[in-house]
Amino acid sequence: MAAETADTVPARRRLPSMSVLGPIVALVVLVLVGAFLNPNFVSAANITNVLARSAFIGIIAVGMTFVITAGGLDLSVGSMAAFIAGLMILVMNWALPTLGIGIPIILLGMAVALVAGLLAGLLNGFLITTLGIEAFIVTLGSMGIYRSLVTWLADGGTLSLDFGLRTFYRPVYFGGILGISWPIIVFALVVILGEILMSRSRFGRHCAATGSNEHVAHYSNVDVNRTRLLTYAMLGVLVGVATIMYVPRLGSASASTGVLWELEAIAAVIIGGTVLKGGFGRVWGTVIGVLILSLIDNLLNLTDLVSPYLNGAIQGIIIILAVILQREAKAKG
Amino acid sequence: MTDAAPVIALRDATKRFGPVEVLHDVDLEVRAGEVLALIGENGAGKSTAMKCLAGYQPLTSGRILLDGKEVTFGSLHAGEEAGIVLIHQEFNLAEQLTVEQNIFLGRELRKGLFLDKARMRQLSRDYLDRVKCEVDPDRVVSSLSNSEKQMVEIAKALGRDARVLVMDEPTAVLTNTESRILFDQVRALKAAGTAIIFTSHKLSEVSEIADRVTVMRDGAVVHDGPVADMTEDAMATAMVGRDVSDLYPPKGRRPDDAPVMLKVEGLSVPRFAEDVSFELRRGEILGIAGLVGSGRTEAMEGLCGLRPASAARIEIDGAPVAIRRPADALSHGLCYLTEDRKLKGLLLEKGMRVNLTLQSLEKFGGLMVDRQAEEKALDAAIREFDIRGGQRESRVSNLSGGNQQKLLLAKVMQSEPRILVVDEPTRGIDIGTKQQIYTFLRRLADEGRAIIVISSEMQEVIGLSDRVLVMRRGRVAGMLEGEAITEDAIVRHAMGVGADSQGRAA
Repeated sequence: MAAETADTVPARRRLPSMSVLGPIVALVVLVLVGAFLNPNFVSAANITNVLARSAFIGIIAVGMTFVITAGGLDLSVGSMAAFIAGLMILVMNWALPTLGIGIPIILLGMAVALVAGLLAGLLNGFLITTLGIEAFIVTLGSMGIYRSLVTWLADGGTLSLDFGLRTFYRPVYFGGILGISWPIIVFALVVILGEILMSRSRFGRHCAATGSNEHVAHYSNVDVNRTRLLTYAMLGVLVGVATIMYVPRLGSASASTGVLWELEAIAAVIIGGTVLKGGFGRVWGTVIGVLILSLIDNLLNLTDLVSPYLNGAIQGIIIILAVILQREAKAKG
Repeated sequence: MTDAAPVIALRDATKRFGPVEVLHDVDLEVRAGEVLALIGENGAGKSTAMKCLAGYQPLTSGRILLDGKEVTFGSLHAGEEAGIVLIHQEFNLAEQLTVEQNIFLGRELRKGLFLDKARMRQLSRDYLDRVKCEVDPDRVVSSLSNSEKQMVEIAKALGRDARVLVMDEPTAVLTNTESRILFDQVRALKAAGTAIIFTSHKLSEVSEIADRVTVMRDGAVVHDGPVADMTEDAMATAMVGRDVSDLYPPKGRRPDDAPVMLKVEGLSVPRFAEDVSFELRRGEILGIAGLVGSGRTEAMEGLCGLRPASAARIEIDGAPVAIRRPADALSHGLCYLTEDRKLKGLLLEKGMRVNLTLQSLEKFGGLMVDRQAEEKALDAAIREFDIRGGQRESRVSNLSGGNQQKLLLAKVMQSEPRILVVDEPTRGIDIGTKQQIYTFLRRLADEGRAIIVISSEMQEVIGLSDRVLVMRRGRVAGMLEGEAITEDAIVRHAMGVGADSQGRAA
C-alpha cells in the first residue's frame, strides 16, 4: 500500500487531480463554446441574468453541500421553498391592512421565511438524528407534505402577492448596487461564508468527519447528531433566504413553484466534487456545479443547436460524467 | 510428510508497486500436511506474499509452482479453483447476508432451478460444528462479533475443500479459547493432508502450532527452518534484526499512598456490564483482562460517556463527576482510545493532520481552525511518536497498522488526558512497534498520569500492568497485584474458577 502512494502523491503535487480540475475545465469549455456560438452569451446582461437565476438554486445548494458532506440528504428543499413562498405571501397579504405598504411588512415577510425555513430544517433534522430515520425517507415524506400544503393553501391555484406590495418588493430581485442585483450579492455572500465555514471552521471539519465515518467522529468527541441537525437547520434557513429572493421575482406561489429544485441542487453539489456518500465537500465546487447547470440551460435557449427540451438529458449526462470522474480520481488516490 | 514435494511454492518472487519493491526474490513453499508460519514485522511483505501465492495479486517477476508445475492465476477465482483459499485479515464476508448464504456464496447448491436450502443449511451446520462455532446459520453476518466472523470464514474455507489454506493473522481477533478451537481445527486439517500457511504476531502460537517457520524482513526471506530449532526470542530477533528481549519497560515504582485519580463505584452498562467498581491511582497502569465479550470494552466506553451507562458514583481527583457524553469525560481529562482503529479510531480517507486534531479541534483556534498550528502539532507528533512512512497529505489508510496505531495514540494525546484508557493498544502490530508503545505508556504513567490497558494478550497484561482487574460476564471477577499477576490466576478468574484467590480482590 505504501508503495502505491509513493508514486501517485508527487504526481498529484505537480497537477491538481481530475476531481479538482474537472468541473473548472468543464465550466471554461462551456463559456468558450457559448461565446463562440452566440456572442450575446458573454454580454453583461446575459451573465447577470444567468447569475441571478442561478442564485436560488445556488443558495440552496450551498446548504445542501453541508448536508451531503455530513452524510445526509434533503429531498424536500423544492417543496419547502414553495411552501415558504406561499406562507410568506399569505402572511404579507394578511398583514397588509394593518401594516400598509412599507419596509416593516417586507421585514415581516422575510422573518416569516427565515423562521419557517429554520423550523422546517430542524424538523427534518430532528426526525433524522434523534429518531434515527433514514434521511431519504424523512425528506421524501416532508417533500410530499410541503408540496401538498402549498397546493392546499393555494386551493389548487396560485397565491399572489397584493399588486401594490409586489411593486414595492420588486427591487429585492430586480434592484441592486453598482449594477449587481441583490440575488447575486446575497448568493456571493452565502458562498463566501459557506466556503470559509466548510474549509476553515471546526464545524466544517466536524461535518466531513461525521460523513466520513460517524463512529470515528463519535469516538473523537464530535457530537454527530448535533452536527447533522445543524446542517439541516442551516439548509432550511438558506431555503428561506432563497425564497426571500424568489418571491419578488414573480410575486406568486403555486403547486409548481420550486419543482425539481432539490434535484438541481443535489446535482450541482455532486458535479462540484462533493462526495454523495459524505465525508468530503467543497462549496466552491458547488458554485461551479450550479453555474454549469444554468449555463447549459441558457446556452440551449440562446442557440438553436440542440432543442432546449433536451436540457434535462444534457444535465443528466453531465451528472453521470461528473460521478465517473470522481470515481476515477478516487481509484487513483 | 516433510520430504514430499511442495504443494505450492513461490520461486524468486518479486513484486513491485511502482518503483518500490515489496517482495525481493522470495522463495516460499509448503507441503501437504504441513503448517508453515510466516512471520515478520508489519510491512515486511507477508501479506503481499500470501496474496501473490493465492492469486490475488500478480507477481512482477518470479514463478508460482503448483505441484511442481508453473501456474499463473489469471483471476481471483483461479486460485480458489486450484484449491488455494485465502482468509483475509479484513474479513471478506457479505455483511447483509446470513452465515449460510456466505458459506455458499458463489457456489450455491441447487436442486433443479431452485436453491437446495435444506442441504446447504445442513452442510453449514456441519462446517460450523467442526470449528465448534454455535452461531445459527440464519444469522446475518453484520450481527456477529469479530471472533464469530473469523470462525465463519474458516467454516467457509472448510466448505471449499481447500488443499492450501492461507490465513492472514487468524488469531488477531480471537480469544484464547477460540484460538484453541482454531488450532484443533488446524491440526485436523493438517492430518487430512491440507497445507496451511498462516501469519501471526503471537510467537507463542507459532511455536505451538507450526512445523516450519519462515521469517521475512524488508521484503526478503531472512530465515527458513523447522520451528523446533528456534526459540521465540530467536524468532523476534530475526524479525526485527535486533535484540528485543526487553519487550516490557520496568514497572513503575508507585508509592502505595499515591493519590486516587479515578474512583468508580457501581458502574453498569445495560446488557454488557454490571456493578463494576475499582480505583485507579496516579502513576499506575491497571490492566483489564477477561475474555472477549466479558464487557471490558463496553464498561470502559460507558465510563467515558461513549455509550449509555449509569454509576453509583464516579470520582476524579476526589470530586464526584457526572459523565454523560464524551465531552464530559474529556473535560475531566479522561480519554478512551478505541480497540478498533480502522472503524472507530481514524478517518481512513483523510490525511494525518485532520486525524491528529479531530478530537481536540478547539485547541486549534476558536471558530476557525488554525492550519499552521495543526501542521506544527503534526510535526511534533511525527517526531515524538516516530510515525513513519506516510506522505503528510496521503490517506491514513496507506499507513501500516503500527503507524496507524501510533497516529491514533498521538491523536488521543492531543487532548492531554490525565487518565487514559487504551483498548488493545497493540492489536495486529509488529513487535518493534509494540515495544515502542509499551515504553510510551509506561512513560505516561511515570509522568503522573493513570493508565488503564484493556488487552486480550495475556503476556501484555502481565508484562505491562501494576495491577490487573479481571472481568467475567460483565462483572469484576478479581483484582490481582504484584506477584499474584500470573497467567494462571488471570485465566482462573476469567473462567470463573478463581475462588481461591478472592481474598485479593480490591
